[in-house]
Amino acid sequence: MNRDLRFTALKKTPFHSRTSLASRTNKYYNWNGFTVPTEYSTTELEYTAARNGTSVMDLTPMCKYMINGSDANRFVDYLVTRDLSQMEDNTVAYIIWCNEDGKVMDDGTIFKFSNTKFMLCCAVKIYNWLHDSAEGFDVSCEDATDTTAALAIQGPTSCSTLKNYGADDLELLKPFGMKQYNINGYDVLISRTGFTGDLGYELWTDPANAENMWDSIMEAGKELKIRPFGMHALEMTRIEAGFIQTNTDFMAAEDSLRPVRMRSPYEIGMGWLVHLNKESYFVGKRALKKEKETGNSERCLVGLDIDGDKPAVGSVIYNEKKEDIGIVTAAMWSPTMKRNVALASLKRPYGIKIKENIFAEIYHPEELEYKKIWAKCKVVKRQFFSPERRNKVPADLYE
Amino acid sequence: MAKNTHDVIVIGAGHNGLTAASYMAKAGLDVVVLEKNEWIGGAAVSRELYPGWKYSNCSYVCSLLRPEIMRDLELYKYGLQIIPYEGSVTMMRNGDYYAHYHDHDMTINSIRRHSHKDAEAYERYSRDVLRQCKIIKPLLKMTPPDLTSFKPKDLFGALEFAKHFAAKDELGGLGEKEIYDTIRFYTMSIRDYLDEYFESDITKAHLAGSAIIGTALGPCSPGSAYVLLHHYMGEVDGSVGAWGYSRGGMGSITKAMTGCLNAHGGEVKPDNEVVNVITKNGRAIGVATKKGDEYYAKKIVSNLDVKRTFLKITEESSLPGEFVERVKNFKIRGSSGKLNIALDGLPEFPCIPEGDPGGGGDMHFTETIEEMEGAYDDWKRGEWSRNPYVDMCIPSKSDPTMAAPGKHYMSVFIQYVPFNLANGGWNEERKQEFGRHIVNCIAEFSPNFRDLINHYEVRTPLELDNEVGLTEGNIFQGELTMDQLMFNRPVPGYAQYRTPLKNMYMCSSSTHPGGGVMGAPGANAAREVLIDMNIAQTGNYY
Repeated sequence: MNRDLRFTALKKTPFHSRTSLASRTNKYYNWNGFTVPTEYSTTELEYTAARNGTSVMDLTPMCKYMINGSDANRFVDYLVTRDLSQMEDNTVAYIIWCNEDGKVMDDGTIFKFSNTKFMLCCAVKIYNWLHDSAEGFDVSCEDATDTTAALAIQGPTSCSTLKNYGADDLELLKPFGMKQYNINGYDVLISRTGFTGDLGYELWTDPANAENMWDSIMEAGKELKIRPFGMHALEMTRIEAGFIQTNTDFMAAEDSLRPVRMRSPYEIGMGWLVHLNKESYFVGKRALKKEKETGNSERCLVGLDIDGDKPAVGSVIYNEKKEDIGIVTAAMWSPTMKRNVALASLKRPYGIKIKENIFAEIYHPEELEYKKIWAKCKVVKRQFFSPERRNKVPADLYE
Repeated sequence: MAKNTHDVIVIGAGHNGLTAASYMAKAGLDVVVLEKNEWIGGAAVSRELYPGWKYSNCSYVCSLLRPEIMRDLELYKYGLQIIPYEGSVTMMRNGDYYAHYHDHDMTINSIRRHSHKDAEAYERYSRDVLRQCKIIKPLLKMTPPDLTSFKPKDLFGALEFAKHFAAKDELGGLGEKEIYDTIRFYTMSIRDYLDEYFESDITKAHLAGSAIIGTALGPCSPGSAYVLLHHYMGEVDGSVGAWGYSRGGMGSITKAMTGCLNAHGGEVKPDNEVVNVITKNGRAIGVATKKGDEYYAKKIVSNLDVKRTFLKITEESSLPGEFVERVKNFKIRGSSGKLNIALDGLPEFPCIPEGDPGGGGDMHFTETIEEMEGAYDDWKRGEWSRNPYVDMCIPSKSDPTMAAPGKHYMSVFIQYVPFNLANGGWNEERKQEFGRHIVNCIAEFSPNFRDLINHYEVRTPLELDNEVGLTEGNIFQGELTMDQLMFNRPVPGYAQYRTPLKNMYMCSSSTHPGGGVMGAPGANAAREVLIDMNIAQTGNYY
């Protein structure tokens, strides 16, 4: 009695026939309304692929928007805090955007094809926000999430894998560069971007090409230690890289029920993306300028190096007087660095002026009992791991 | 003749020498490491003996290297990356195979194919071995107390040692029964131990392998169960007993350590063989090299095994007679050989289904403990095993840096191979005969193996002795038996990294906690040197 269900549950990505076949563990989760694997085999081995070989991740559920029109250039510059007026064609930039109160809504990447054509990728849906903000600009904003298939191909051998796939001269592509290819008879956009903090690329194509793309890349990487890679492994690599995740490390302004949870860019370590001297106005500029001038940012998001080897997941952070000074937003034992690291949101001056004598209270589960660990922390650079190969041009090849 | 003065001289650039040197350099000392070979690394090396292929010439896998050491020395900054194994298999002559996987439940399902009971006994076995690992883990980092001394340091040390065996809270309720278990574990043979859990030969044979690797004991010899523990107590990121490859071969470990040492102002001088420790009034004051140079320092730390240190480069007259006797009696017997093979493609092993991750790690073909004991019997007669136990792996299946894409490097560790070969000893011809014998053994399980071979390096205990400097080719720099472990390692009364010569120390695997690419002897020795120099130690290890 398999009747047509009008009701649609989670969507499947155009790679689903392949990702579900590759999954040995049948562990899935819901990402932005799509079914995607959390883990294919073992998280540790998938993580290792990203630091040793090539890892492949279905990125299709990422929100993707096409911004076209004669004012596109002016519009994106107005939308985001970073000065994009000098951005070159065929490059990508990391960006954040705020609401009028100067509170961060999300971070993402903007792809510039030309002054009249951009693509915006991000975690939180902003179709509505884009339309509201576009008032008065000659632009059209189109949601391309369902109509663009995307794969992340990351890791030290990723460039070789993609060259085998047909991306000639890819090693010459600079970090945050992008290039249009025609491979196996279809168009693929390849950008040197990613969320692992390592050498890596992201591929964008029409969903009709998705299966061929997956199969061809898997074949191309066969001798290059290729492996599909789930969300758990991605979480590990992004923490090591010090990348933040919206609604994990900070609450998106438009999602915060409690206004006190909203964060300005300065409070999440994104001050470097706020260009107050940008000539034109941008959303949130007034509030951010004021915050910068008065220096009244309350929080900061820092990296912590924590004693011992028990991850400080969800730990509260204290000063030496046992006063609560913040919380860990993401934590892990780093297999590459053999370090116990975490991202933490601290109340200033902790993390900015006071970097020592900070402690994490860790509850470590041990066979149905918790061991309480009082672990010393050091405030360190949030970008824990950034290997040389990440930005090398030409990129490393394995031949 | 150059005359050089430093704070510390370390003799030998193996992983323990470099660990000790790095910790001391980090503490602010001026450290120089003198190495006899033209290359750095001791038994943790990667050398390209055939163009395009990198070999892990001696040690080949990593698990025991203490994560605290990797962390303190920031080895990732200097390129170290550990790649976990996916599994391991034992191939069977009837075409079947036995496999272990990274995933525990997959392993249970796999064992069940051979014995339903064994699959469930494996859970109990894992728990029991893990419990022993938990007891021993904190001891690795400790300097063994001198049980005959009444110094507060030793009394507290003895108490600290005992605590880990008896303290209920620390270990979640280790009672009388478990203490008995520990004592039995340390003294039993692996055959007897496994018989208490398992019924199928193949399960037992697969598990027993770790108990004989590198040792001159057989699976029926008392004490072999401990050797298994020694191979089990390592970890890859909290996964106790797991093994992994070092990306770029084992040389990446010592290369990274050298990177750390250099970053802290230390230096390694290859091609500088130390031939003599210079002493004055019972103190070590410097060393002389084969080249004729002399180096002087406040402290001398030897990474050579205890026999080489005291019977080769130190004058006997400067040492107490009883100490020299004990060093002479130290058991350090070579029992292992190795083949490093450059392959033109991936060898097929028809026993292992295509795509089975079990083939990603170590592979064996010994099906019973009796076969293993038979291999040991050959060794006792001074012969290499006719039917050897091999621990073979193809690191290039996981590591893209060992050979070009599609090409493979295979490491074959062989147990047992004697140092003193009967009927005239080793020569080039017999070495090659031994190599061919091993190739033939493997070819029985892989039809295309022989055709893929481009080149191979044969290592007998003699090469390990001559080239690497491991006496008799013993990979642990001394047997891992209770009479030479902990307070007794290397010799009673000298288990605290100090020697009869003032200002001279030992940091090799001949000291506690013993062999394996662990780094603990090096880090422990550095701590003792720093204590004697009144310098604060920092880091996660201490």
